Amino acid sequence: MLGSLFMHLLVVLTLSPLLAGIIARVKAKVGGRQGQPLLQLYWDLAKLFRKRMVISSTTTWLFRAGPVVGIAVPLLASLLLPFGPLAAPLSFSGDLILFVYLMGLARFFTILAALDTGSSFEGMGSAREATFSILVEPTIFVIFIVLARLSGDFSLNGMFVPVKAGFNTPAGIAMSLAILCLFIVMLAENCRIPFDDPNTHLELTMIHEVMVLDHSGPDLGLILYGAAMKLLLFAALIANLLRPATGNLLLDTGAFLVLLLLLAVLVGLVESAMARLRMIRVPQLLIGTSLLSFFALILLLR
Amino acid sequence: MNDPTTTILFVVILLNFFLLGTSRLGACIRVVAAQGALLSILPPLVHGVSPHSLLLAAVALALKGGTIPWLLFRAIRQVKIRREMEPRIGYIATLLLGALTTAGAFIFAERLPLLPEHLHSLFIPASLATMAVGFLLLITRRKAITQVLGYLVFENGIFIFGILLAEAMPLMVEAGVLLDMLVAIFVMGIVMNHINREFSSLDTENLCLLKE
Repeated sequence: MLGSLFMHLLVVLTLSPLLAGIIARVKAKVGGRQGQPLLQLYWDLAKLFRKRMVISSTTTWLFRAGPVVGIAVPLLASLLLPFGPLAAPLSFSGDLILFVYLMGLARFFTILAALDTGSSFEGMGSAREATFSILVEPTIFVIFIVLARLSGDFSLNGMFVPVKAGFNTPAGIAMSLAILCLFIVMLAENCRIPFDDPNTHLELTMIHEVMVLDHSGPDLGLILYGAAMKLLLFAALIANLLRPATGNLLLDTGAFLVLLLLLAVLVGLVESAMARLRMIRVPQLLIGTSLLSFFALILLLR
Repeated sequence: MNDPTTTILFVVILLNFFLLGTSRLGACIRVVAAQGALLSILPPLVHGVSPHSLLLAAVALALKGGTIPWLLFRAIRQVKIRREMEPRIGYIATLLLGALTTAGAFIFAERLPLLPEHLHSLFIPASLATMAVGFLLLITRRKAITQVLGYLVFENGIFIFGILLAEAMPLMVEAGVLLDMLVAIFVMGIVMNHINREFSSLDTENLCLLKE
């Protein structure tokens, strides 16, 4: 129990900034540039944690609470997830609901912190973030129901096991749909490119980045670290389904970690290949994704 | 149950959703062509490789995957439209309706008195769902081209249904091909109609300036 707790926190704390580095590097390489070092986010975080903070005098404690919740929640949520063959330290029937609403809690506090600054710009970003997260939620839940139905288990630990169904069976098709939907959910939840551009800082179209404009120093570091962890968690959901199950602990763990890195490469490729969607098209894509997950459920239920 | 037809029918249903959600006519035509081409693989898969099924597949591939899309592309090039601008019902609403009818097709197919070997295959629900989506396209879109596409999708649904009727195959084949031909004529009619309208709205003096 304590050992697996330690391993989980170790994976989340050490590996998460690397994923962001890989994405940035892949994008640079595809774009024909050299790109920043793979470990850039680690240096950025180290730099930010040494800096001083500037806090606006109009803000209250909520402004400080946002980043703290933003880093505590992914750490907590990571304890509910299995990492490949490493079983989740905390697991009980129905923890999938806790997982989703822990993420919701983090978003709620980020939004509150943004609104607390009183900037209309940040209020706009908050409104968008809230709207899109409403549209993502049904997809996540229907995918979880599909996986629970497939595995007959209502805990994340039992649901996220490697796929066993053959590809041409309804179960296999439902599973591949679930994986596809999870990937889109990962892009949407982590503000990656067809939904939001993590690199723009001065555009009226941005969503997530606009909400953290007023944070600086260690607070900004916490936000960036929390965002990287969240990306890792969602990638871990997918990697759990895709990983091979050989039974060998070391081999399986290695395959799981390699899959995480491959998913980061895939995100980088998607970001290089696509432009961001127009704001009007985002809900359309998200509703389409929920319909796909519903379709997977229909396939399973008949 | 573990056979490629399940995957093919599943992709066909996914293409239905894509059709309902997109506004670009070029993409729509490509999707309908891909759907037709996918369906043309089905007869040899279901009934085994025989001259009859191969001929059916070849004709279906040539018409659904080749000729008709080509005609439609020519048509949109000539009348210079790229998008379905204002559907009668919005895209998200039609997507939701499409999902509802697909779910309904699955439920309905469960209750039909089918032969035991068809009971759990995807054929019946996929066919009903595709027909329903064809209807939706016909009802909700304004542009004649999209309506022709809806008609084609409807025909694809009938084709899926026809594959199951092994005994009545020759008749179904003919019916399918005839329907396809009808669509081709439809397309030509639209093109001519558009050109006619263009010319009637133009001044005769301008007509003299037209090249080509």
